[in-house]
Amino acid sequence: MALAGRAVLRWGPRLPSPCAAAAAPLCRPAWLPAACERRYSSRGKEKLDMSMYPVESIRNFSIIAHVDHGKSTLADRLLEITGTISKTDRNKQVLDKLQVERERGITVKAQSASLFYNHEGINYLLNLIDTPGHVDFSYEVSRSLSACQGVILVVDANEGIQAQTVANFYLAFEAQLSIIPVINKIDLKNADPERVEKQIEKLFDIPTDECIRISAKQGTNVEKVLQKVIEKIPPPQCNTADPLKALVFDSTFDHYRGVVANIALFGGEIAKGHKIVSAHTKKRYEVNEVGILTPNEQPTHKLYAGQVGYLIAGMKEVAEAQIGDTLFLYKQPVEPLPGFKSAKPMVFAGMYPIDQTEYNNLKSALERLTLNDSSVTVHRDSSLALGAGWRLGFLGLLHMEVFNQRLEQEYNMSVILTAPTVPYKAVLSSAKLIKEYGKDQITIINPAQFPDKLSVSEYLEPTVLGTIVTPHEYIGKIITLCQDRRAVQKDMLYIDENRVMLKYLFPLNEIVVDFYDALKSLSSGYASFDYEDAGYQSADLIKMDILLNGNPVEELATIIHNDKARAAGKLLCERLKETIPRQLFEIAIQAAIGKKIIARETLKAYRKNVVAKCYGGDITRRMKLLKRQAEGKRLMRKIGNVEVPRDAFIRVLKRETDK
Amino acid sequence: WPYCRKRCSYCNFNTYVVPAVDEAAVRTCLVREAQTLLRLSQVHSVSSVFFGGGTPSLANPGTVAAVLEAVAAAAHLPAGAEVTLEANPSSTSTSCLVGFRAAGVNRLSIGVQSLDDAELRMLGREHTEAEARKAVEAARGLFPGRTSIDLLFGLPGQSRDAWAQRLEAALGLCDDHISLYQLTLERGTALAAQVRGGSLPAPPQDLLADMYQTARIVLAATGFRHYEVSNFARKGALSTHNLSYWRADQYIGVGPGAHGRFVPRGEGGRSREARVQTLEPVTWMREVQSQGHGTRSRMVLSSLEQLEELLSLGLRMDEGITHERWGHFSPQLSLQAVFGAPGEARALQQQGWLVLDSSGLRCTWAGLAVLDSLLPDLLWQLQR
Repeated sequence: MALAGRAVLRWGPRLPSPCAAAAAPLCRPAWLPAACERRYSSRGKEKLDMSMYPVESIRNFSIIAHVDHGKSTLADRLLEITGTISKTDRNKQVLDKLQVERERGITVKAQSASLFYNHEGINYLLNLIDTPGHVDFSYEVSRSLSACQGVILVVDANEGIQAQTVANFYLAFEAQLSIIPVINKIDLKNADPERVEKQIEKLFDIPTDECIRISAKQGTNVEKVLQKVIEKIPPPQCNTADPLKALVFDSTFDHYRGVVANIALFGGEIAKGHKIVSAHTKKRYEVNEVGILTPNEQPTHKLYAGQVGYLIAGMKEVAEAQIGDTLFLYKQPVEPLPGFKSAKPMVFAGMYPIDQTEYNNLKSALERLTLNDSSVTVHRDSSLALGAGWRLGFLGLLHMEVFNQRLEQEYNMSVILTAPTVPYKAVLSSAKLIKEYGKDQITIINPAQFPDKLSVSEYLEPTVLGTIVTPHEYIGKIITLCQDRRAVQKDMLYIDENRVMLKYLFPLNEIVVDFYDALKSLSSGYASFDYEDAGYQSADLIKMDILLNGNPVEELATIIHNDKARAAGKLLCERLKETIPRQLFEIAIQAAIGKKIIARETLKAYRKNVVAKCYGGDITRRMKLLKRQAEGKRLMRKIGNVEVPRDAFIRVLKRETDK
Repeated sequence: WPYCRKRCSYCNFNTYVVPAVDEAAVRTCLVREAQTLLRLSQVHSVSSVFFGGGTPSLANPGTVAAVLEAVAAAAHLPAGAEVTLEANPSSTSTSCLVGFRAAGVNRLSIGVQSLDDAELRMLGREHTEAEARKAVEAARGLFPGRTSIDLLFGLPGQSRDAWAQRLEAALGLCDDHISLYQLTLERGTALAAQVRGGSLPAPPQDLLADMYQTARIVLAATGFRHYEVSNFARKGALSTHNLSYWRADQYIGVGPGAHGRFVPRGEGGRSREARVQTLEPVTWMREVQSQGHGTRSRMVLSSLEQLEELLSLGLRMDEGITHERWGHFSPQLSLQAVFGAPGEARALQQQGWLVLDSSGLRCTWAGLAVLDSLLPDLLWQLQR
């Protein structure tokens, strides 16, 4: 992955809204429901009367699937069949609105669409809540599911059950949702729906005859899926006569109208002019607009119990529309719905502008982007080498990449990202430190804050329960890989004759950077991986310093498991040796734990460095180079007497992730 | 003279291999441009002339004579002025050299490059070791005490011993001036591509340093003065012309791609300018024919830029930069004021790389070998 951005690009003109920012570089085809078009397309349309859809005729559901199993394609077909969007062969991932989503074929942000469907003479309102398709975003899945009564579980007829299928199934199962198993891509040559049906039966205990075989691409049997949704998924259990009880399950930010909250009504009704209160913040708002998403915003007179839609009520910050919050009518408080767990950052990295003069531009880009992605945590940070910046927390590495890509694509910002680290914890034993922090257990998201062993009774590292699904011929290699990563096997199950599901408890830091790539490459791409948070475990952690002629390089300090320090230290020293230019004196590059040196490389002094020929015709070129070097002195980071180009550390860190 | 019979594998100069040269036209243009630029500079006296290239020894002595006549007509060309011709061993028959001498050439710089046939082949040279010897001997006969040879070291695969042998052979052959150049693998050359591609080994840094040091010691022991990074002379046979580059004197560049530094007083100019003539010979000729010169770019050098050049070039010489010369470019701020104050230069003096004393600023013996590591610091201090 790219840690440093591209070459610095021109900082584009400050754009008035994220819509304009998004529209310019994206070249979005006109037919796509771009976020910025929504605003205008909704105007001038007749407001819908949603009272036509009583609770009994409503179905709220999600589609869940392993990445690439065809979730977005099925969503496209459902939108077409119900006339929500016109039928053209250009409908591809209609709900994936971000450029990164389309480029990478993954859904990052949950999207909703209300579908109208007549079945056996009854008009149904089907609310489809699309969910992100990557392990990093499983918390988005869980919050989408909380607004649903059922799910369509899509499995690829060729690939069968994959790690994420398992993870998603259990999320739905634990939420006690109805599950409609769908086997997709039956049009493919190697499709083996029977085998997949058996896997589903074995792993999820769902009878084989309940699976629907479809081809979302060709539209085969998709209508049947809609009928099953109506038959199998129960309508929401709630009543319009009750007081208003609305769950906020997502929110976006619009620069003109403020926060747009996606809500699911568990009771009562809501309309423009209503005064509402947030159970979480106790703040009062007046409703400006309500409506449904089709998937564009479509204002309605009202929303009623059981329905899903959006609400605009003058909220200025996304934080005011906390995911999981309950909204009720002023002076008619209700018991808040159980809020679901909020996003927990798993990966932290420092982010710095490539040039400090861009600090303010980057700051404003970060502010805008985090408005729409509240799962990113932002703390100000600074480094002697990299200047002022931030320490950002992400849900996972993909999330970090996507965030970085959006900064580049939507805000034209190139940044320096430091090596990712996971949130370690330390149980403090020193009274002084406990007093200083006001607590006896701290979370360390920056190696610079790693407390010394003497003042700590125990270090803790985050762990995850990883699920790997693989053809059995790769088991040996995968087990070795997992052992290398300090993982402990928890389960191993044949899901059919030649596919195995493995469960391992991993230290998070061992999978954060390159585990997925390693797994994919040793299994020729066939093994899949998913993980869920599994709490903390005690760990033998140490802080490894990198020294140049005895002086520590603050930004290269890493928290690392004791067993791995020697190898990692050696690698870092070797890379630094290749990256730091020779100087007039010898440079000792060392990795150290406390005072103990665990690795060393020596960069020899320059003994000859003078250009051979410098006559009349050579002088101009020579001077240009020398002046550039003199200018470069300004950008050198001095560690003791050693001069290090600013990008040297980044190059070292960047390559670490490329291995 | 921008033409060559063949391009060498290490060369990225502005040279051209063409089937036939219209020498009369080139001659006319060289003469015309020399006249124009000399008038423009209004110099009274020309202390040296250098015919470089390309391969100037491929030109007709008549061309050299014509240019020298033009110079003598436009300015004073003293009888003792140094007139050097660059020559390749493959184009220096005795009769030819006699012709050049008659035309006014009084110093010869011969591109021997190596005294080993395998090395010469790798370098893409046209001559053999025996031809090189013959050429140098012929030149020494005609230009005694004024024949220089060029030698390359740090060739891919060359060992320290091999270099020591070449050096010994060269010492047995040479006159009183020798230029030793570490081979630079210039981008875009055939040799650099071979090294990058892995078919030839890249010479290790430390070996290059050893070779350079060996040469310095051996040449000093045989009476040579190491007067510039790559140049050695004995019996005072320094190249007057090349010294003028390093001392930041004025010089006029004539011919395709030639560089000059002078004050164009003829058009009322007061500042030193950096000038480059048009690179491509045909275009250059057209320009000279239509406007009397083929100056492609001229850039006024600020006083800081002039000092930067003086510093970067002057430190290449054993004499360094004298107080007098510095004062000529910087009457206000002395060498002592700039580099004697606490800062990078002071530190470099304390570390033994530089000396600043009553005669001026110069590199120590060790400092000269790492000058390019010193200069960025010094320039950075100068800019402040």
